[in-house]
Amino acid sequence: MNKNNSTDSENNLKSKGRVLVALSGGVDSSVALYLLQEQGYEVIGAHMKLWDFSEVGGEMKKDGRCCTLESIDDCRSLCAKIGVPFYVLNFVDRFREEVIENFVSEYRAGRTPNPCVVCNTRMKWESFLKRARELGCDYMATGHYATIKRYEETGRYYLIPGEDVTRDQSYALWGLSQDALAHTLLPVGEMEKSEVRRQAHAHDVRTADKPESREICFITDNNYHRFLREWEQKRGRDFEGGDIVNEEGEKIGQHKGVSFYTLGQRKGLGIYYRQPVYVKKIDTANNQIVVSGADGLHECDLDVSEINWMAIDRPTEPFKASVKIRYLHKAAEATITPVDENTVRVTFASKQRAVTPGQSAVFYRDKVVLGGGVISKVG
Amino acid sequence: MKQIYFDNNATTQVAPEVLEAMLPYFSPQYGNASSMHSFGRDAKVGLENARESCAEILSAEPSEIVFCSGGTEADNICLKGAARALKHKRRRIVISAIEHSAILQSAESLAQEGFDVQIAPVTSEGFVTTETLANLVDEDTAIVSIMQANNEIGTIQDIPALVEIAHAKGALFHTDAVQAFGKIPVSVEELGVDLLSLSAHKIYGPKGTGLAFVRSGVKIESLVQGGSHEKSRRPGTENVPGIIGLTKAMEVSVTMIEEEYLRLNRLSQRFLTSVRANIADVILNGPEFPESEISNLPDSLLRTPQTVNLSFAGAEGEAIILSLDLEGIAVSSGSACSAGAVDPSPVLLAIGQTPELAKSSIRFSMGRHTTQDEIEYVGNVLPKIIERLRSMSPAYAASKR
Repeated sequence: MNKNNSTDSENNLKSKGRVLVALSGGVDSSVALYLLQEQGYEVIGAHMKLWDFSEVGGEMKKDGRCCTLESIDDCRSLCAKIGVPFYVLNFVDRFREEVIENFVSEYRAGRTPNPCVVCNTRMKWESFLKRARELGCDYMATGHYATIKRYEETGRYYLIPGEDVTRDQSYALWGLSQDALAHTLLPVGEMEKSEVRRQAHAHDVRTADKPESREICFITDNNYHRFLREWEQKRGRDFEGGDIVNEEGEKIGQHKGVSFYTLGQRKGLGIYYRQPVYVKKIDTANNQIVVSGADGLHECDLDVSEINWMAIDRPTEPFKASVKIRYLHKAAEATITPVDENTVRVTFASKQRAVTPGQSAVFYRDKVVLGGGVISKVG
Repeated sequence: MKQIYFDNNATTQVAPEVLEAMLPYFSPQYGNASSMHSFGRDAKVGLENARESCAEILSAEPSEIVFCSGGTEADNICLKGAARALKHKRRRIVISAIEHSAILQSAESLAQEGFDVQIAPVTSEGFVTTETLANLVDEDTAIVSIMQANNEIGTIQDIPALVEIAHAKGALFHTDAVQAFGKIPVSVEELGVDLLSLSAHKIYGPKGTGLAFVRSGVKIESLVQGGSHEKSRRPGTENVPGIIGLTKAMEVSVTMIEEEYLRLNRLSQRFLTSVRANIADVILNGPEFPESEISNLPDSLLRTPQTVNLSFAGAEGEAIILSLDLEGIAVSSGSACSAGAVDPSPVLLAIGQTPELAKSSIRFSMGRHTTQDEIEYVGNVLPKIIERLRSMSPAYAASKR
């Protein structure tokens, strides 16, 4: 009956602290788990069960996504191999309320949401972190590619984007509080992908060569139109079609519901016009999609709300920063002017294409995330 | 680290005498019980002796015993098998709101086939009353299925009274006795049921073995085809070692019922007293325990003695389970889904618990190996964990103000 395992008191004395490691089943979080154990932390693996196929529909893809039984089994065997506890944490209800319902209502409101940002802020760094504390953990850890450093002069924790801009995940992490940053370890945050894979192979991680997934996890077939339609149909809610108009307000086509369009979209409009047209504006008040030529899509000015300041206190004066307005956008120079407690005006030095309400805007300076928020108004 | 197992309603360890009885049937008596040669005959003798013994324990006839893979399969055989055999005559099925998912999901699939499934609500202690049942059973009812003892909250139903109501309308009666057998007397004669399910691994026997009692004359449509084993009611080469293990486990269990009932009732009472003394805002789910000083098995049994299901307002069940696991204490909550995540228990919702409290519930299930020391140890660890979790719950703090 008395079986020793790695959580016994003898090991605790030598431990650098207890860490709850969020495992997705992917290569990054798997390597994070190994590294932390090697570094002398007492690790516990946990997989967040966020949604269920019975609820989100679609088809399971082969590339082993998060929340599938295969991923959970991968995580479980990984933890069994190194002799650490593994738990599945059920966040299905909270994920539906905080992430999926927000996702749907944002599209309903004509905006284009970033569910991964909401998930990071509300699920990983709130619910998961709370669970870590409840289990007596000193830290939580993930396989994100970014780093956290504490600056002695200010006592603040800074989030630093990953070196490799194509992999950097700081854009989705702007919502983390100082308290969350102080209790987070990102062990692969500075590692080259090749090094992560090398470590994975060295530790015989089954998922070492699993492709990275960048799509929205609960939209299993990567078809958000199908998802929105099914989700709303189950709740007895329809989508109302309407007009597609040009900048002069002339009707030039029909839309299937404003939720099915994103700014800058050209394909799938079903319009034959004298020039290629793009979605310039989603006007929910008039149930219209406004289209323009390519040059009508560029804007300098936008408002950003729901702001979280990370590296600095809430500013009172205008300042300059690089601003990234979507995941794969190259950060551009802008002036940021405080408007009120929770809103700033961003003015880019040069026009940017398809500034999209609902997407996150993240402010950077000197390789540090200053803060971020959600684009609330364009122009 | 000390390891304590308070999850005996999930499964139990195989008793040494059970293992010993099984071993010869892996080898040298490994024959196929259907074979004509001496190897087959040896296995067949073991199998039929086992059937006789099981039948005797349940006050049934050997021909009424159908061996199968466990409680889930037995429930499927009984409910689907009997309903489908009656599909041209009767179309209604009545089950209770606190059945095991093997019954709930079998009933769902029968509903898809066109049966009219009625779910009997339960009282706040988990009882199906005779009035409730009488309102649901009609002349069109094929079968009523109500579990004898609940796996989560321990409620024991008055099966004979419920059977009378079903039989008055000509309906069959099935009971899932998986959690009742071995804890309280189970006799098909006294219960009056037509069908009954049992599982070996809840009574210190092996996993993957159980039986369905199918009263002589009751027709069931087999779920699988492929041979004439178990009178074609459950084709497939018999799991002789498992069946021998099931039988031994049943034989051992029935000799200990009264002694174990009194001992476990006393331990559960002590545990409950200690928890109530040291933790505020605790709710016992299911009926109260009988006096701890009783010296005979009570005439009317309202709950199983080993199941203590508690709700701790302000602390999430998932966090309690994991915190206890990190202290080496195994408990459970609700029904574990295939992924191992915790869902709020439908049983607790059915007895009128709020979703919040249902998510704050833990089932402690003691067993044959539970000691007084273990009860005290868990009684000491638990208050600290609940206090820590409550201190992190803003909602709980607010409710205390």
